[in-house]
Amino acid sequence: MSELLRAENLTRHFKIGGMLARSTLHAVDDVSFSIGEREIVALAGESGSGKSTVARLLGRVYKPTSGTITFYGGLRGVVPPGEHGQGESLSRIRSRKHALAYAAQAPMVFQDPFGSLHPVFRVSHGVLRALKLHRPGLSAEQRQAEAERVFEVVGLDKDMLNRYPHELSGGQRQRVGFAQALATKPKLILADEPVSMLDVSIRIGLLNLMAKLRDEEGVSILYITHDIASARYVADRLIVMYAGQIAETGPIEDVLADPKHPYTQLLLSAVPDPKAPPPSLEALAAAAGERGEPPKVIDPSPGCRFRPRCPVSVATCANVTPVLTVHGDREVACHVAKDDEKVRAFS
Amino acid sequence: MLEVSGLSVEYAGRKGPVHAVDDVSFSVGRGEFLAVVGESGCGKSTLLFAIARLLAPPARITGGSVTFEGHNLVTMTDKQLANIRWQNLSVVMQSAMNALNPVKSIGAQFADALAAHGMRSKKLIRSRSAEVLELVGIDKAHLKSYPHQLSGGMRQRAMIAMALLFTPDLVIMDEPTSALDVVAQRSLMTQIKELQARLGFAIIFVTHDMSLVSHFSDRLMVMYAGQIAELGTTRNIFDNPLHPYSRGLLEAFPGIRGPKAQLTGIPGSPPDLSVIHHACRFSPRCPVKLDSCMTTIPALVPVEDTQVRCLLNGADAENHGAHAENHVRLPRTTGRLPGTRRSWR
Repeated sequence: MSELLRAENLTRHFKIGGMLARSTLHAVDDVSFSIGEREIVALAGESGSGKSTVARLLGRVYKPTSGTITFYGGLRGVVPPGEHGQGESLSRIRSRKHALAYAAQAPMVFQDPFGSLHPVFRVSHGVLRALKLHRPGLSAEQRQAEAERVFEVVGLDKDMLNRYPHELSGGQRQRVGFAQALATKPKLILADEPVSMLDVSIRIGLLNLMAKLRDEEGVSILYITHDIASARYVADRLIVMYAGQIAETGPIEDVLADPKHPYTQLLLSAVPDPKAPPPSLEALAAAAGERGEPPKVIDPSPGCRFRPRCPVSVATCANVTPVLTVHGDREVACHVAKDDEKVRAFS
Repeated sequence: MLEVSGLSVEYAGRKGPVHAVDDVSFSVGRGEFLAVVGESGCGKSTLLFAIARLLAPPARITGGSVTFEGHNLVTMTDKQLANIRWQNLSVVMQSAMNALNPVKSIGAQFADALAAHGMRSKKLIRSRSAEVLELVGIDKAHLKSYPHQLSGGMRQRAMIAMALLFTPDLVIMDEPTSALDVVAQRSLMTQIKELQARLGFAIIFVTHDMSLVSHFSDRLMVMYAGQIAELGTTRNIFDNPLHPYSRGLLEAFPGIRGPKAQLTGIPGSPPDLSVIHHACRFSPRCPVKLDSCMTTIPALVPVEDTQVRCLLNGADAENHGAHAENHVRLPRTTGRLPGTRRSWR
C-alpha cells in the first residue's frame, strides 16, 4: 500500500492562562503516523487525548507547533501527484490556490450533523459551493449533475438536494456531510466522530458508507472515534492515543486480539459485552477501581503519562517518556510491553 | 413504589398534536434499576419529564396517572410537588455537564437546593454538601470549585451527588453518561450501582446505548415511537429478544469480540408521531412483518415474564386500539426545570 500522508513528530501546544499564570497545554506531543491509500485509519482515545487536534492539524485548521505533515496525493493544479517524489509538505503551503487545492484533497466531516449544515440554505448549497470553489471548470449543469452523483454515492435520493437541513434526519444530514466532502474528489476524508451523535440503529449505515467510499471511490479516511467496536467494524488500522501521544498502533484485528499497551487493555476491558453474564458488583468495582480521570497535559513532566493509572509500571516509567518502538507490525510506546511475552495490566 | 398507568403526552404542533408518549404503563419497585432504551424521538426523555412533571408547554400530559408512593403526581399542585421533588424524587439531567451553573461554585449550588427545601443552618448545609460529594468520590475541597474546573466525569458525579442531597427514594437519570468515554462510563455506572446498593433508591435510567445497561439494570423497557415495544428483565431481553425492534437494536452494533460480520442496522426512520397509526408502528422497518401488521395495532401482551407489542408473539390480535380515547383530559401541566425562572408568567 502506498503512502498518502505522513505526519512526523507532530506537536501542537496551546498557551493557556493569563500574564502571570502562563502555562502550556500539550494537546499533541511528538506524534508520528502515516495513512495509506485506500485505507481507513481509526484514531481512538478518550476525550482530551488530542485526537480531534490531530484531525485539525491535518485539516490545516491549526498550524503545528513543530513537526511536519507530508501529503503524497498531489495537489490538483499546483503539484501533480508523483512529482516531488517526497510529497508536498503542508508547511510549504503559502498561496490561497495552494491551500484550496489541499482543502479539496482532504476535506473534513464534523461530529455534529445538526450544527454543521447551514439551516437557512438548502442542503445542495454546500455541495454546489464546494464544486464551484474547487472545480471551477464545471458549468452550472455539470455541477448539478455532479451534486446528484455524490448524493447517490452516499445513499441519498437526488430529490433531497432541494430539502432544508431541518427536514432531514440525523443520519441523512451526516450523509450530506459526506457528500460535501466527496464533491471535491478528495483522496482523504478527515472524519471527526462522524457517528457519535447518531442513533445506534442508523450508525451502522454510516459505517457501511465509509467502507463503501474506501472500496468504490478509493478514498482514505481518518476515522476519529472513542468507540473501539465501530473502529473494528470499518477500519484497517488503529491508532490509540493517550494524553496527546500515541500509545499503540497496528492492524486493528491484531491490536484487539493482543493489546500490548496497558491503556489499550484498559480501553478494551471497559467495553461492555452484552452477551456475557453480568459480573458481580464486587468484580465491577475492582475493575473500575481507578476513577478514569484523564491525565493532566498542562506542563507535563517527563515520564509515561499513563503511569498514575498503570498497575504494571516500573521505575523507568517515572522519568523516561516511552517512545514508539516496533513490535512485529505494531508500534507500542511502553517500557513494559514485550514482543513475545504477554503483559496483562487489565483483562 | 412508582406506578405509571396509561400515561400519554402530546406536543402541540402546527399540524396538530404530536403523540410523543402514548399509553405507557409500568411500575418501579423499591430499590429497582429500570433502564429505558430507544432511539432519539421515541419519547423516552418526554416520558421521564412527564413522570417528574417537568414538562413545559407545548407539551402536556393528556391522560393517565403517575402514582408515586400513593400520590398521583399528575393532579398535584406546584406546591405539593415542591415537597416531593428532590426530597423523594430527583432528576439527573442529560448532559449534566451543562446543567450546572457555570458562574456559581458547586457548594453554592448545593446550598441553594438545600436551602430551598428548608435547611437553614449553614453548618448543616456545609456538612451535608461535603457528605454527598464524598459519597460520589469527589474530595470536599471541590465544593469551592466552579464547574469548569472539574473534568466531565467529575461534573457528572457532582450532578449525581446533588440528586442525592436528600437521599430520595427514586432517582431519574436521563443519559447521564452520554458525554463520557467508555472507561469513565464504566466507572460512573459502577459507582451508581454501588450507591444504589448502599442507599437503596430506585433508578429509572434512560439511554440509547443498550450495551451500557446490560450489566447494570434489573429490568429493561424498550420504547419505540412513543410506546413500549418490550418490557422485561434485562437478562431475558438480551438472551431472547421477542420484539423485532429489540432484536434489531441488539444486533445493530458491532462487538469487539467474536467474528466480524457484515451488519445492516435498522434501515428506515421512525414514524411520524403526529398522525394516527392504524398499523404496527414498527411495520415499515420490520424485517419479519406479516400482512396483518399493516391492518392491526398490536397490543402489549405478556409472554412468560416479558411484555411485548408484536403480533408474532401475541395470541390475541383483537379488542384493542380503542383504549386511546378513554383518557380523561387533564389541566395543563405547569412543571418547570428546577432552578429556572418562570419567565412566561
